[in-house]
Amino acid sequence: MKETIDSLRFRITKRFGTKTVLQDFALEVRGKQFITFLGPSGCGKSTALNIIAGLIPATEGEVWIDGERITHLPPEKRGLGMVFQNYALFPHMTVFVNIAFGLQLQRRPADEIRRRVQEMLELVQLPAFEDRYPGQLSGGQQQRVAIARALVLHPRLLLLDEPLSNLDAKLRIEMRAEIKRLHTSLGLTSIYVTHDQVEALSLSDWVVVMKDGILMQQGPPQEIHDQPVSVFVADFMGFRNFFPAKIAALGPDRDVEAVGNGLRIRGKTRHAFSSGASVVAAIRPDDVVIGGNPADPNSFRGKVDIVEYLGRENETILTLENGSRLWVRAAVCMVPGDNVTVVLPQDRVIFLPAEGTGEVT
Amino acid sequence: MRRGRPGEPSELDLMAIACLLPSFLYVLVMFVYPFFYGVFQSLHPLKVDGFSLANYIAFFSDEYQYKTVAITFRLAVPNTIIVVAFGLLFAYSMRRGILLERTITTILVLPISLGVILLSQGILGFYGGKGWLNQMLLGLGIIEEQLVLTHNFTGVMLSLFMQQFPFCFLMLLGYISGIDPSIENSARTLGATPWTVFRRIMLPLIAPGLAIAFALVFVMSFATFPSAILLGQPTGATRTIAIAAYAQAFEMFDMPYASAIAVIMGLFQLAGLLVIILLRKRMVTAATMGVGKR
Repeated sequence: MKETIDSLRFRITKRFGTKTVLQDFALEVRGKQFITFLGPSGCGKSTALNIIAGLIPATEGEVWIDGERITHLPPEKRGLGMVFQNYALFPHMTVFVNIAFGLQLQRRPADEIRRRVQEMLELVQLPAFEDRYPGQLSGGQQQRVAIARALVLHPRLLLLDEPLSNLDAKLRIEMRAEIKRLHTSLGLTSIYVTHDQVEALSLSDWVVVMKDGILMQQGPPQEIHDQPVSVFVADFMGFRNFFPAKIAALGPDRDVEAVGNGLRIRGKTRHAFSSGASVVAAIRPDDVVIGGNPADPNSFRGKVDIVEYLGRENETILTLENGSRLWVRAAVCMVPGDNVTVVLPQDRVIFLPAEGTGEVT
Repeated sequence: MRRGRPGEPSELDLMAIACLLPSFLYVLVMFVYPFFYGVFQSLHPLKVDGFSLANYIAFFSDEYQYKTVAITFRLAVPNTIIVVAFGLLFAYSMRRGILLERTITTILVLPISLGVILLSQGILGFYGGKGWLNQMLLGLGIIEEQLVLTHNFTGVMLSLFMQQFPFCFLMLLGYISGIDPSIENSARTLGATPWTVFRRIMLPLIAPGLAIAFALVFVMSFATFPSAILLGQPTGATRTIAIAAYAQAFEMFDMPYASAIAVIMGLFQLAGLLVIILLRKRMVTAATMGVGKR
């Protein structure tokens, strides 16, 4: 069995005509990791995956696997496995032949092919489906076959292009666990492309956030989730509340106090700001605390506008006294028109550089 | 309009029938009736009272007549294969879009808009004895004698190709570009070369479209009439079965005999279609069979 890769390294630029899809997108990762390219549609994440697979040529740049330059190899010589969003099974072939296809091309003996296909069908929990045609399977089953078809060749790197986005919500969670199980138990190196941050956080060892063909932030999921470095990444990670401000005071231990739009907010930052710099304070709706003394720091008075019932909690939209909107998620149930005091806990407020605030609505 | 649940036959309602009626009447009057009238007429020859197969017997016992079947096949079969092969080649290479695609497509499709007569005139002017091609080749000293490309078998083939290629190309392009490119991509990542992708993945998926292309081009070629007259030798080498029927109808004024020839022509076209359907079935089965299961 071919081992998985030790390292993947690339630096690529891709232009379609005058449109730049990937701008000097560079990454270096170790093997046996689960890496996710995360970003909104059109950010170039699928293009990057296709370039690694060899299906699209890069305009500039190189891709290296284990120190070997593979940029000019055609896809069939790269030894990578790929799973597509729409499954891409061969509709005129049975499940067996679909999975056996790659082994047949390698001219393996018939009994080996049979054994390996059977193993794969058991691994993806579809035994006894070998004589069905793809059209006779559900979406989830088709995606299992597609995964089996890629894994049966023991690819040194597995590429998954939004494999779950055509499935319904329940199945998506099931398959997500399934993919994680296969990745771990087979000791694979996987690159997974998605626009869903929950998928990215739950699956990955390493998350790469992209926007407009540019790498915005990379790191372990906890770091991306808790310490986004830009407003874009913060917005993507569920920081719903953004307050433009200017730095008023810098304290020890990364403490920051900023003033903007009539609000004086305290929080933390990872950035080296100077006094007077334009920043954005950000906090997640679920980190806002309802109730407290309006005289305390980071406490503000507001009026409830809209309440949405979400089951275990309510999402409430408040208008603060200065006119800013604040999203709050809490179990407390309020009524539109209520006057309340909210606290933005200081260790939950992060300060980010102001550029890019235009994207936040 | 009421609709049945999926899987249940929906109830016919008056509105649907009323909407269908005009087209149904049209087909009845313009196709079904003339067709059966022709068949009926062919079985009632001029010189015999009542029902008789005399016209059919006459056709198959006269070499001048039954030879037209062979001539027509000799034109239609190679032409069909050449047209579909070129159509497939062009459509397959253009399936993902190419540079100047719109311009190239327009040039390829232009002959359809010209009509057979203008096209034939053009072919005569270009490929004829004193045409540009011969003049040029003679002038450059590439050939010493004129090439005879018109008023013979080759002329008809040229004309048929130019008329039918655009149809075939457009149809196949629509068919092939409708196939999800990720199917092809997944085959590549599984280790298939472009040729293997074509042979084992794309060709079987294109097969239904290919069969339709074969069928349409064959039927059109088999019925060829203006090209065979304008660019061929209508009394000799390219006397197709359509010309034979025309001659009986409008030169000999024997409508029943002409009808019989038309019916015979229809039967041969039908036979051609059957062969195409059978070949298609075989092709798909062969592609579906896995090496691992042999």
